Amino acid sequence: MKKNIIILSSVIGLAMLSVVGCKPKNTSNATSADAAQKVYVAPGKYDEIYNFVSGGFSGQMSVYGIPSGRLLRVIPVFSQDPEKGWGYSEETKPMMNTSHGFTPWDDLHHVQLSKTNGEVDGRWVFGNANNTPRVARIDLSTFRTQEIIELPNSGGNHSSPFITENTEYVVAGTRFSVPMDDANGDVPINTYKENFKGTLSFISVGKEDGKMDIAFQIECPGVNFDLSRAGKGVSHGWFFFSCYNTEQANSLLEVNASQKDKDFVMAVNWKKAEEYLKAGKAKKQAVRYAHNTYSEKTHSATSEIKTEVLVLSAKELKDICYFIPCPKSPHGCDVSPTGEFIVASGKLAAVIPVFSFDNIQKAIAAKSYDGEFDGIPVIKYESALQGEVKKPGLGPLHTEFDDNGNAYTSMFVSSEVVKWSLKDLKVLDRAPTFYSIGHLCVVGGDTKKPTGKYLIAYNKITKDRYLPTGPELSQSAQLFDISGDKMKLLLDFPTIGEPHYAQACLASLIKDKSVKMFKIEENSHPYVAKGEKETKVVREGNKVHVYMTAIRSHLSPDNIEGIKMGDEVYFHVTNLEQDWDVPHGFAIKGAANAELLIMPGETQTLKWIPTKVGISPMYCTDFCSALHQEMQGYVRVSPASSKVPISFSLGAK
Amino acid sequence: MKKIFVILTFASILYACGGGESKSESKTEESIEATTEGTAANANPDYDPKRGEGKFTAETVKIGATIDATMVTEGEKIQSVKCSACHKLTDEKLVGPGWAGVTKRRNPEWIMNFITNPDPMIDKDPVVQASLELCLVRMPNQSLTDDDARHLLEFMRKNDGVK
Repeated sequence: MKKNIIILSSVIGLAMLSVVGCKPKNTSNATSADAAQKVYVAPGKYDEIYNFVSGGFSGQMSVYGIPSGRLLRVIPVFSQDPEKGWGYSEETKPMMNTSHGFTPWDDLHHVQLSKTNGEVDGRWVFGNANNTPRVARIDLSTFRTQEIIELPNSGGNHSSPFITENTEYVVAGTRFSVPMDDANGDVPINTYKENFKGTLSFISVGKEDGKMDIAFQIECPGVNFDLSRAGKGVSHGWFFFSCYNTEQANSLLEVNASQKDKDFVMAVNWKKAEEYLKAGKAKKQAVRYAHNTYSEKTHSATSEIKTEVLVLSAKELKDICYFIPCPKSPHGCDVSPTGEFIVASGKLAAVIPVFSFDNIQKAIAAKSYDGEFDGIPVIKYESALQGEVKKPGLGPLHTEFDDNGNAYTSMFVSSEVVKWSLKDLKVLDRAPTFYSIGHLCVVGGDTKKPTGKYLIAYNKITKDRYLPTGPELSQSAQLFDISGDKMKLLLDFPTIGEPHYAQACLASLIKDKSVKMFKIEENSHPYVAKGEKETKVVREGNKVHVYMTAIRSHLSPDNIEGIKMGDEVYFHVTNLEQDWDVPHGFAIKGAANAELLIMPGETQTLKWIPTKVGISPMYCTDFCSALHQEMQGYVRVSPASSKVPISFSLGAK
Repeated sequence: MKKIFVILTFASILYACGGGESKSESKTEESIEATTEGTAANANPDYDPKRGEGKFTAETVKIGATIDATMVTEGEKIQSVKCSACHKLTDEKLVGPGWAGVTKRRNPEWIMNFITNPDPMIDKDPVVQASLELCLVRMPNQSLTDDDARHLLEFMRKNDGVK
């Protein structure tokens, strides 16, 4: 055992050395002379491409312009964001609700743009919460998180949120297998093999409104589900998941989950699963999970706890799931544009196996099996295989595709992108990355019609790429031009959090439908004030509701008296502006949460519990006009026993 | 060096010409109009200060001899939500000028163009520019529909005493 560890650590040590060793002596040589011209977007001009990048442990999603690498926006998703009041305002707090209560942080790893006919349709982008398993849907007309659904029977939502070619389903495979939610989970950890299960969740997506619902789950043997991709074209109706830890280890996975020569890719016939569901073969299971939705009409979120899920058993319903052996802990599991090939990358393997969908179908028909794993048939490796990419590099992780029949695989250990041909599986080109690439993204690289042109590498190690900023460095993305035979490095740009997967699409699919403001007439918030005539302060016991408006450049009312110690004050602020890019902010001294940032036509609420008798100033935080510094007011707080009546005013002399 | 000096001098003359005329804070809108009308044609030769800039013309805006009560009711609703925070119905300035007398000073199509298309007019219209020097807040585009604008005009007419 100890010896194993020593050997492993020396392997890792050597690999690290070779990473450093690979670094060219003069890294500026790596870029071509015309790189600057290719990434220059003149002031006032738009980028050609939107790049949606996961924020990793920031819990958020960021939006970059390509080719400039300019950060355009950070969309708050799973983590509170005081800058935007996300998760702090009364309206957005329910978005953070889970079966565990208020959950203000998560780890967002993967993004998926919605698709129609296997192509990006520019409607929504999905993101996964890795820690407390959830999937979020972000609307691309508002760039806001509109819906978050929690996943029961899941221990870590990594293999997610991958989608089918018409966004019929968003899929989520659990990374950690755990006892099912309705079983007694209070069991010894070393009973993994008996008690721990893996589940795959199929979340249906409303065709028009995008509304998510867990259609069904498939209960599978306890392994780690890592990544997944939907079949497309010829393989539409199937889903492919990479699995590791088929050793079913529950400790020191670094060693114990790397024992076998081969783990698995799991092929799932989801059309078949749908048939079983229709035929009533699913079991109803009692669970608890939160489903949170945000309405742009009430400008408020609601959270509902759901208590039931339908579960299909992969073991009992034989022809849904099939295992395919795959060398050494497969990570990426990517499907070629035509849907014919499934590229699996064993992160500890020296080859990249390419499986053929046609061969998989033939093997199933001929029952060309190598026995079973926990009741699931295991297809013979050779029967499913199309071929192997030989000597691609070290540590293959993820593969995306261009529009010329080429594949691009990220190599973590040898820190490079390797371009190879889908036709003959021959390596065509290599480009070093700085340093240790994780995911990569080709524009439209997982669709039926990749745009090609650019590839972006998301690197795990930054080291000397930017000016030092202490021990913590922002992580580095790198843009490559892939329009020619040779990949050309164009640009480094820093990112937020830790980017994992990212997707990119032409800006023309999204930019023209961007919402500029919310119509005040359509605002149905229960505490809206449509005009200053409707502003007021209402006491209900110890709760005080302030119906407030904001317009350049005053708050109405701006003098409030009669607030007493022990009160809970709710400032419901309606932004009366009806023009693009005129948000107002709201803050009050001593607030134990954050500011509000209110878009034109919106109402948002800040809860404030005064802690001191006296005068508390409040003001607009977002520079709105030449008289922004005048946009302020006062709240008088009196002792609990005070007889000062509620009063409010604006412009009283 | 000499050239730069010449350019600088020229620029400062231009600046003085543009801003010099309407400094006094006590000026009413009428007096602003009187002093700036002559220069308008020179600054923006294509701009018609009587009509403003936008989709409405004297031909397309139909005004009745008397008030349309239904339009007034609709106009009042919009005024309450989208205008009243900054404009009083008297001649007193709040954030922007009071509305009293506006339909007597301005043509109907100018009013409708300005409230539906404020940004280009703030940049071009001499009266609006002078008003901006007093108010210091650019009138926001409140995303009014064509009907909203017509209804507001009717409300303003009633406010100015049309029966």
